[in-house]
Amino acid sequence: MENEKLTSPGYEIPGELKNVVEITTLDRIYNWGRRSSVWPLMFGLACCAIEMIAAQAARYDMARFGMEVMRPTPRQADMMLVSGTVTKKMVPLIVRLYNQMPEPKYVVAMGACASGGGPFKEGYNVVAGIDKFLPVDVYIPGCPPTPQALIAGMIKLQEKIDKQSLSKVRWYDKKKEDSVYVPVPVLGPDLMDPRRFAEIKAAAAAKEG
Amino acid sequence: MATPTPTATLDLAACFPGAVSADARPGYKGWIIEKDKLVEVATAIRDELGYDHLTAVTGVDYLPEGKMEVVYNAFKTTGGPVLTFKVQVPRIDPVEVPSVTSVWPGAEFQEREAWDLMGIKFTNHPDLRRILMWEGFEGHPLRKDWKEAFYEEDAKPFKSRWPEGRHVMAEERSPFKDNITFPKDFDPEKWVPEGEEALYGALAKYQTEEDGLKTDHIVINMGPQHPSTHGVFRVALTVDGETIVSLKPVMGYLHRNHDKIGERNTFLQNMPFTDRLDYFNSMSNNFGYAVAVEKLMNIQVSERAEYIRVIMAELSRIQNHLVFIGMLGNDLGMMYTPALYAFEERELVLDIFEAASGSRMMCNYFRFGGVVRDLPEGVLQKINDLVFERLPGKVDELDRMLTENEVFISRMKGVKVIDAENAIRYSITGPVLRAAGVPYDIRRADPYSVYDRFDFDVAVRQNGDLMDNYLIRLDEVRQSLRILQQAVKQIPAGPVMPGKPQYQVRVPAGESYGRVESPKGELGYYVVSNGKPNPWRYHVRPPSFVNITALEQMCIGVKIADFIAILGVIDIVLGELDR
Ligand code: SF4
Repeated sequence: MENEKLTSPGYEIPGELKNVVEITTLDRIYNWGRRSSVWPLMFGLACCAIEMIAAQAARYDMARFGMEVMRPTPRQADMMLVSGTVTKKMVPLIVRLYNQMPEPKYVVAMGACASGGGPFKEGYNVVAGIDKFLPVDVYIPGCPPTPQALIAGMIKLQEKIDKQSLSKVRWYDKKKEDSVYVPVPVLGPDLMDPRRFAEIKAAAAAKEG
Repeated sequence: MATPTPTATLDLAACFPGAVSADARPGYKGWIIEKDKLVEVATAIRDELGYDHLTAVTGVDYLPEGKMEVVYNAFKTTGGPVLTFKVQVPRIDPVEVPSVTSVWPGAEFQEREAWDLMGIKFTNHPDLRRILMWEGFEGHPLRKDWKEAFYEEDAKPFKSRWPEGRHVMAEERSPFKDNITFPKDFDPEKWVPEGEEALYGALAKYQTEEDGLKTDHIVINMGPQHPSTHGVFRVALTVDGETIVSLKPVMGYLHRNHDKIGERNTFLQNMPFTDRLDYFNSMSNNFGYAVAVEKLMNIQVSERAEYIRVIMAELSRIQNHLVFIGMLGNDLGMMYTPALYAFEERELVLDIFEAASGSRMMCNYFRFGGVVRDLPEGVLQKINDLVFERLPGKVDELDRMLTENEVFISRMKGVKVIDAENAIRYSITGPVLRAAGVPYDIRRADPYSVYDRFDFDVAVRQNGDLMDNYLIRLDEVRQSLRILQQAVKQIPAGPVMPGKPQYQVRVPAGESYGRVESPKGELGYYVVSNGKPNPWRYHVRPPSFVNITALEQMCIGVKIADFIAILGVIDIVLGELDR
């Protein structure tokens, strides 16, 4: 967001106070701060992670957008970049990492795999997209998305942050149960989502054979 | 048993009468060993015939014949072609085959994989647990009668995903509306997770008493989300203070079912999937698969394409090793600076890949018999500039910055990774083997493509410590540059594919094991065709996976910080480790 938009909430500032006093809304200043320092969680899942590293390196340099501070611990991260194939064996850990991130938190699905299973969708150990478990904010198509595409996706996320309002965001909404916490899936004979236990039981009972 | 005399045409059946017979199926080579005689014959193969390097072990499910087969591919570290031998057992559970880990310890993880995915039980195996899937998973997915939830048809191309013009999602076919399947009457609430007792049980317990002071062991888990494990790799370790007492790698967090999907694909459709194995080196991956299938099809690759292939594979090796050096810097605590230097050069190589194939990373460039298209105009000139002008200087620059660096030396010199004898026993290949003093490079030992036309040395170092493992990468980059400099000068004109490009290739029935020297070691593909458009068995023998079989051996007695560096120099990449 440019400075004009940040400081022009529609109030006239008297001439003599110009350049001394700025008026803005809480949402705007808050969003401006957050969108300019989105710290990703440092974790790579698969091939897409390599393009993520390339985007951090000299030619593309994500630092220009305030996103270069990769934190290896979820406690310091704002955004989870799901960069690669989500497998059944890995998804409980991804959900746990997500739960450990402090809100506000965002999830970006990078690449075909994280968005919907990608080339490996039919695989027996592959989850068809991270959005089966986590609320995704931005999907970036590609296999792998080029660093330019990744940066474009991140800019989309910034635009999304700009439009948010403290009073409406998901994570302060007490009524939404899974707003900050997603139940961790369990590894059984196959992957089990605790939210779907009843459904699984019913479908298994109805299964013929 | 008579002492076999190795001859030019080895006749195992004559050496071991009654225990071995020739594999007579059309298109098949090698020998079939009686199950009960396996360990005995294997010991003789190793000690008397000199096949000291067992590189690939895998299972094949011959469902129509009612048989399970275990296939072994052994080599001599002095060079030469493959010795393939097999064991066949009836396909009735429990399917049991004696383990050869007592002869070649390097078979340990590959046998575990065959148990996990095929359900072949290896008797006398030291630690037979699931390796890629989790304990408690239902079934052995690579068996031909095991079907995943999103199962559609046995072979691609599928008839239609648009019946009557309507799109059908895979989700709609599964009763759970997802890629999951459960046994009948399964109740998730009553499920007791298997837990990880087996894993922790496999770790050595540790307790000492010194001067009346009891020391207990601590178990630490590193990964799968850890900045130093190069992806979603996990190890469980027991430590005494900071010294590692016992260690078990845990993998499968990126198991993407390569083999299963590959057996549904047509032969050509597998090419883009191989890109995603070792995602740093899609060109080398393509190479290995092309070599394996071309062997089976018995076709000649066009001259120009051979040179293009070598150029691409060697460029790939250079960028891999540069990134390796950068990442090693990260592992040793020199955060990012060497890596940034490395990525700068890597981008230039990727530009060439992009110009040739259309994609930076996932090139999908090779076809059976050649490459998909010729190099566009100007690319050869670009390669020329890169290998004659830019890269030699840049490699020297990295060398200057790092090799004499005090911190670098004190962290790496004298920290043993593995010695030559153990490296061979554990089936290690690639730079790690050569750094231990074994001059074994498939480009020389069992030449493929046109590598025999180039003048280059097999890089070898003697100490097998971290420093040597680093230096050998620099040596190899320099040798690759030598090859490239000859290749760009010699490349002939001509077509890059013999005949018309085909969408569906005809592959005669039979088996083949094709292998190339990928930047990480021996990348092998074992392909079985039954004459249909899709392979009956498609197995990848990834160097990363086999090289870490010896991880525990390498790390016992070292500090945790050195463990990170050791894992770094093995140069694992999870896409091919887990597949
Ligand atoms: S989308 Fe493609 S590049 Fe990305 S993780 Fe999946 S297979 Fe790899």
